[in-house]
Amino acid sequence: MEEKRFTVLDLLDLDLKEQNALDLRCIGGRKGLPREITVPDLNRPGLALSGFFESFAWQRIQIFGRGENAYLKKVEEEGRTDSFEKLFSYPIPACIFTHNLAPGRDFFRLAEAAGCPILQTDLSSSEFTSRILRVLSDIFAPQTTLHGVLVEVYGIGILVSGDSGVGKSETALELVERGHRLVADDVVEIRCVNGSILMGQGANKVIGHHMEIRGLGIINITHLFGVGAIRDKKQIQLVCTLEEWDPDKVYDRIGTEEKTTEILGVRVPQLLIPVKPGRNIPIIVETAAMNERLKKMGYHSAKEFNQNILRWLESENARAVYFNRDDYL
Amino acid sequence: MTERNVTIKNRAGIHARPAALIVQTSSKFASKIWLEKGADKINAKSIMGIITLGASFGTPIRILAEGSDEEDAALAIERLFESRFEEE
Repeated sequence: MEEKRFTVLDLLDLDLKEQNALDLRCIGGRKGLPREITVPDLNRPGLALSGFFESFAWQRIQIFGRGENAYLKKVEEEGRTDSFEKLFSYPIPACIFTHNLAPGRDFFRLAEAAGCPILQTDLSSSEFTSRILRVLSDIFAPQTTLHGVLVEVYGIGILVSGDSGVGKSETALELVERGHRLVADDVVEIRCVNGSILMGQGANKVIGHHMEIRGLGIINITHLFGVGAIRDKKQIQLVCTLEEWDPDKVYDRIGTEEKTTEILGVRVPQLLIPVKPGRNIPIIVETAAMNERLKKMGYHSAKEFNQNILRWLESENARAVYFNRDDYL
Repeated sequence: MTERNVTIKNRAGIHARPAALIVQTSSKFASKIWLEKGADKINAKSIMGIITLGASFGTPIRILAEGSDEEDAALAIERLFESRFEEE
């Protein structure tokens, strides 16, 4: 499978909101927009501008703040633009100017000639830096797509997986009907954030929050159930795998053993739920979610139950010492 | 594992009706079938998955099938692409 390329154009196209918005626009070097961004890092090119190119991190996006821009202006006034030429001899992915700044004419001309995109943002350098690092680390996070439905049930992100036709979408539909939220149906895009958090979301905004229900066709969950019934993304905290009831298979009856499954190297609790007529799967999933919350709060139903039994058996033993003294004599 | 490469020949690309046709066809087979577009790989038995691919006119698609009837399955899907999903 080939890797997905992330280009400067993709960066401009990102649909980010409020505190994540990058407010980027292209002000020059348009033909360089298909340049690929390969590393999730930034560089302030101060040293390079002054002519020192050893260890110059040209693979990174170059950030030009007030200081760099003032220096550019001064250099241009003095007509010493050879360091610009040297700068653009590297295939830099993009130069980004913060504070709504724009470089001088020479810089534009050379960028245009080298095909290096020049972008501009209203944000301050520090704010922009922290935002873009967050965005890039999301984009460069390990990623996979899984077949299943992602729902939020009582605040727990549950990935309902299983073979086609086992009833994943129907289960999710009933959960939505019962007041829970749909994140993505069928194709769930999963990113591993910070190495330990699995974030799931729909693969495509245009067709997001639609579901295919056999016999009904494609339905729009947002329109049918309202915005309260949907969510853009959610951390995956539990995997419920539905499968046809297999009479030869042993299913967990107690629940003291905790099974997990691995997604992108992160272990997630997994429940294997056999499907059979007469079993109400949505209620089982709902209960699983509540049970998961209890566990997170430190109360494990199955383990607690077993401990109580052990304690009771022990006390019965102790009582036996008094009631049946003859046995011990 | 059987592999076949096709390109989309109908003008409209894979919209809802062709997607349904692909799902109907692939559901007849026991094999696992996937469609691959660039880095995206999805289950050919899922309508939403296929539509999510966003496969427009001229897009190269790879058909992958694995199972007991993988060759027939891949061939049947390939025929659908070749016949432009019985459109036009």
